Amino acid sequence: MRLSYVIRRVFFVFMVIWTAATINFVLPRLTGRDPIKEQLMQQIASAGRKPEDAEQMWRKYNDLFGLDKPLWQQYLSYMSSVARLDFGYSINSYPRTVMEIIIARGRLTLPFLSVAIFIAFVTGILLGALLGWNKTPKWISAIVVPPLMVFSSVPQFLVALVLIYFVAFRAKLFPLGDPYPKTMIEDWSNPAFLAKYAYHAVLPILSVVIVEASGWALGMRAMMVTVEGEDYATFAEAKGLKNSRIFFRYLMRNALLPSLTGLALRLGFIITGAAVTETFFNYSGIGSTLSTAISTFDYFLLYGICLIMVVSIALATFIMDMIYPLLDPRIAYRGQRG
Amino acid sequence: MNTNVKPVIDIRNLKVYFYVKAGTVKAVDGVTLAIEPGVKLGLVGESGSGKTTMALALMRMVRPPATIEGELFLDGVDILKLSEEEMRRVRLSELAMIPQGAMNSLNPVMRIRDQILDGMIDHGVRMSRSEANQKVEELLDIVELPKKVARMYPHELSGGMKQRVCVAIAISMRPKVLIADEPTSALDVVIQRQVMETITRLVKNLNLSMILIGHDMGLMAQSVDRIAVMYPGKLMEVGDVRDIFAEPLHPYTQALINSLPVLGKRGVFNGIPGVPPSVINPGPGCPFNDRCPKVIEGLCIQKMPPFREIKPGRWVACHLYEGVN
Repeated sequence: MRLSYVIRRVFFVFMVIWTAATINFVLPRLTGRDPIKEQLMQQIASAGRKPEDAEQMWRKYNDLFGLDKPLWQQYLSYMSSVARLDFGYSINSYPRTVMEIIIARGRLTLPFLSVAIFIAFVTGILLGALLGWNKTPKWISAIVVPPLMVFSSVPQFLVALVLIYFVAFRAKLFPLGDPYPKTMIEDWSNPAFLAKYAYHAVLPILSVVIVEASGWALGMRAMMVTVEGEDYATFAEAKGLKNSRIFFRYLMRNALLPSLTGLALRLGFIITGAAVTETFFNYSGIGSTLSTAISTFDYFLLYGICLIMVVSIALATFIMDMIYPLLDPRIAYRGQRG
Repeated sequence: MNTNVKPVIDIRNLKVYFYVKAGTVKAVDGVTLAIEPGVKLGLVGESGSGKTTMALALMRMVRPPATIEGELFLDGVDILKLSEEEMRRVRLSELAMIPQGAMNSLNPVMRIRDQILDGMIDHGVRMSRSEANQKVEELLDIVELPKKVARMYPHELSGGMKQRVCVAIAISMRPKVLIADEPTSALDVVIQRQVMETITRLVKNLNLSMILIGHDMGLMAQSVDRIAVMYPGKLMEVGDVRDIFAEPLHPYTQALINSLPVLGKRGVFNGIPGVPPSVINPGPGCPFNDRCPKVIEGLCIQKMPPFREIKPGRWVACHLYEGVN
């Protein structure tokens, strides 16, 4: 791997983040909605304040958040705070900062979701590889493939609802929602808390794994069939190699490459994916925070989460770009040439 | 031909049938053929005549829906009766194949060194690291490749180099028989010749038997001792290469040789009119009957002539030679 390849990739990551941050800045301003006014109006309506105060309060808040300044100044100060990963205060949860909220919610989401994605990927890939392998008896595919097709095509929230209704509500095997019991204090050094966290995470993880593993399995199965048709698969058999070597080193190893790209992208979309799961499991993680931020039009929180999303996608792609030449020697070659 | 030598390959009534919706595809339909040790046999035929299926059948690598029947003796052992694991061990160590698609026959994500070694390792060869390196270098040297190739990946090699690696792999365990399925068809003519020279040199030096599959009569004439002419699913004629070219017996062989361009003579190529018959549910007669200029009405359409040895080492399946002995 050449240094120029790495530098090009790093530059690319920064360009992506910069572009995304700019769009992130422009887009909400194009909606023509004013979050502070809306927030104040709500408070006035519910708390019975006098409308005369509103004008003054609106000025005050605009001043506080810097929204009275010219657009270019707002942009510059926005960019400099983005560079420091400082997204200011949440409008709705003032005086909590956006970063505080992201960290507090993110640490509830990340463990369960990364475990879910990992389990889904590994089981899906292995299952798909076995199903696509020509040494696997045909009847196994005949039994296993139809359910996989169903699971991979139903929306995840449907699976979540079925799990919630039958497993949590009727059978009462698992809790209905929340990342941990409401009576407990979040303390990651406490084993009892970790156990409860894991217990609460079972159903959300299951809902992700059922849907995503099926998708990985079907994709991997198709890739296996393609790879088996390659000349090197025939030659591997003619070489009298052991089945295990052909399966892992020749077939799976090659069929895995497209799925790994998919995994990198999936990891990048960790937050968006979390939104659906968390909404249905009433799980106060980063995903549900995102959907709340959208519905309550919390500018700064939205900025923050969106930007973290972009950064995570860009980083995941970057890491993949760095690892891929090690997995597929042909890529590094192209990089050196081009 | 010395008939006292025990053949290293003895194929008896080999049938490879594919049972598909449209009917039974008789890709190989009753082939009988013997190859003596050290002999290079060329198996020629048009596209779709069952050459590659023959190669796969010899390696016992045809898969469902294909079925394989008959007897296939390798050094006196019927390999169709071996277990899967026994057959796996026969491949490469006794019966090795040089694949057809040179461009894509090597695993793109493994270094050449590992691809040369893994076959031997899976056949129980135990080597220290330095012994393995030495073995790889030695094999690369035999096929005229520099030793730095060992550390390379397939995409860093040219088509000819890749095919040389495949040859190195195929001879790595000194097999008795080498099956080369159009080993040079993916290469350009200059490289073709060089690779073919390497293969024939190795076959000679290591005293291997070879089945060279192809459609290029010119290439065959240069490389093999005996020729077997195949026409959809069946053998038409087998004989020493000189005899076949000097005096082709079967009308199909005659047409094939007539269709070769002649040096110095200008004119229109003599093709063979018509197309090969379908191998799905073939009729009872000779498969060449509708294109044959010497067809005997009635007889050739209704009855497949027996494949007979009409003089020592010379076999033909044609009603014209019925009764000749």
